[in-house]
Amino acid sequence: MSATQATTAELRAPRAPFDRALLLVVPATVFMLALFIYPFVYGLILSFEPPQGGWLANYQKFFTTDNLWTTIGKTLQLALPATIINVGVALPIAYKMRVRSRWQRIVTTLLVVPITLGTVLIAEGMLTYFGPKGWLAQFLQLTHIYEGAIRLTHNYWGVLISLVISGFPFAFLLILSYVTGIDPVLARAASTLGADSKAQFRHIYLPLLAPGLAMCFCLAFVQAFSVFPSAVLLGAPAGPTRVISIAAYEAAFEQYDYSLASAIAMIMGFVQLVIVAFVLSLRNWFYKGPVTGGKG
Amino acid sequence: MADAGVAVNRQPGAATARVASRTPWSDRAWSALLWGVMTLFLVNVALMIAAVATNSFASRWLGTWLPQGWTAKWYLDAWKEFQLANILWVTVEVVFAVVFLSLLIGVPAAYTLARRNFVGKRALMLLFLLPLMVPPITYGIPLATVLYQAHLGGTLAGVILANLIPAAPFVILVMTPFIEQIDPNLESAARVFGASTPRVFVHVLVPLLAPGILAASLLVLVRTIALFELTFLTAGPDSQTLVVALYYAVFAAGVRAPQSVDAMAMIYMLVTLVWLLIALRFVNPTQLVSRVKENPGGAL
Repeated sequence: MSATQATTAELRAPRAPFDRALLLVVPATVFMLALFIYPFVYGLILSFEPPQGGWLANYQKFFTTDNLWTTIGKTLQLALPATIINVGVALPIAYKMRVRSRWQRIVTTLLVVPITLGTVLIAEGMLTYFGPKGWLAQFLQLTHIYEGAIRLTHNYWGVLISLVISGFPFAFLLILSYVTGIDPVLARAASTLGADSKAQFRHIYLPLLAPGLAMCFCLAFVQAFSVFPSAVLLGAPAGPTRVISIAAYEAAFEQYDYSLASAIAMIMGFVQLVIVAFVLSLRNWFYKGPVTGGKG
Repeated sequence: MADAGVAVNRQPGAATARVASRTPWSDRAWSALLWGVMTLFLVNVALMIAAVATNSFASRWLGTWLPQGWTAKWYLDAWKEFQLANILWVTVEVVFAVVFLSLLIGVPAAYTLARRNFVGKRALMLLFLLPLMVPPITYGIPLATVLYQAHLGGTLAGVILANLIPAAPFVILVMTPFIEQIDPNLESAARVFGASTPRVFVHVLVPLLAPGILAASLLVLVRTIALFELTFLTAGPDSQTLVVALYYAVFAAGVRAPQSVDAMAMIYMLVTLVWLLIALRFVNPTQLVSRVKENPGGAL
């Protein structure tokens, strides 16, 4: 320990020449390494050690079996529209509510409810409410808005609606926290220079929001991509909503083929990483600049 | 939570109000559309919850607006049939163990990350961010495999460990900005008087961090109650939490009366809502989805 370091260290911790504060991060690091990184690496290695066949047999099986490789497309068909709807609708509404008011407080509080209730409860609620004999169907038939049979559960639409119900509040609250983090002085400066509200949004808020929006898109996408309970309960888990997480679950807990299950989990993680990397690179292409007005 | 921006935020609000009086027709229509979408969404979610509540008290409800009769027997049924007392107790054990352990390992780590610069700090931050960016199913399946090999799969300990993976990083991300706000001179002063690191923690940091710790623990609590995937993958018959039990009840819907399932859903909802209402008294709703970054300079 050199003399200059010793003086500051002595002021801080007279009895400890080594900065013992660094030890405080050890339990969390060890925990994450043991329970997050180790299983991941273990799963990756396991996926290359199939019970029979060469080291790539699991991946070959995935991409040649019809009810396995199609799950990627089915998952993306659900997750991408859901994410685009959630982020696309949440952005204008959050922008509208950026000014602190009683309404902002009430709406944000109300929107927290669907997030905390979780997907399982939303699925159960939807089976009752959106079902063929539910209140929505009765209302639509009573008011003659729509006369045909209403099929919003046990198919693609049921899962998509449930992804919107659980994902929209999440996207809204996240974007709201980014929008309120932008200094409104910037928009006022623009308005004194004659920018109307549309121009303010396009040239002030949108560029500053771009990193936050990209982040929000990624987080919302991750949520939608791992859709599991609603795809089983509200969808057609054998057909159009057989998403990739169902395939992984079946391999692990119904066929007890942990090797194949790990391979599917790795493919799932890889597809999701590709989308996330694409969105983040899109952000860089969209906006390059030193100003960060957002939080996080 | 520091509302440093309130006073300043009022002014642009007033400005938009002035502009609104002479806004063109299209802007008003746009505004009405947004409010319409929001209202439609909230009304449908509220009705959805009301439908579950109504069904849970219905004696018989088939294709009419309201059930033919009212009864509370489904709650008794659910209590006995689903062994709810047992499930609720497991849920309490899991949730409180997760909150306590995540604070125990998360707060010290957040302290070091907030106060010190060291080699590999960025890598560590990435390590703590990753579990929040990867879908739970992706790492849940290899994790369940490892836990079953270690004979922890299907046990209460396994469920708690699995739930800690997103909880501990979340505590770190929430607590780091709180710790950054505390004046380091206070710690230095305590150390001048000979306090050791544990004593600085107990007598200086923890009291000052109490609001942050409260916020973090409530957020972890609400999130853990609702976290389905990891518990589902690691729980055995005796270590199911409420949300997993509810999933199995809905999954096997043909076997049980739907009212009984809905009664259970109501109990689950009430448990969550009580804690949510408590949490909302102390935390900003946006904190439930994102980490807090109180930045007095930037929030203006």
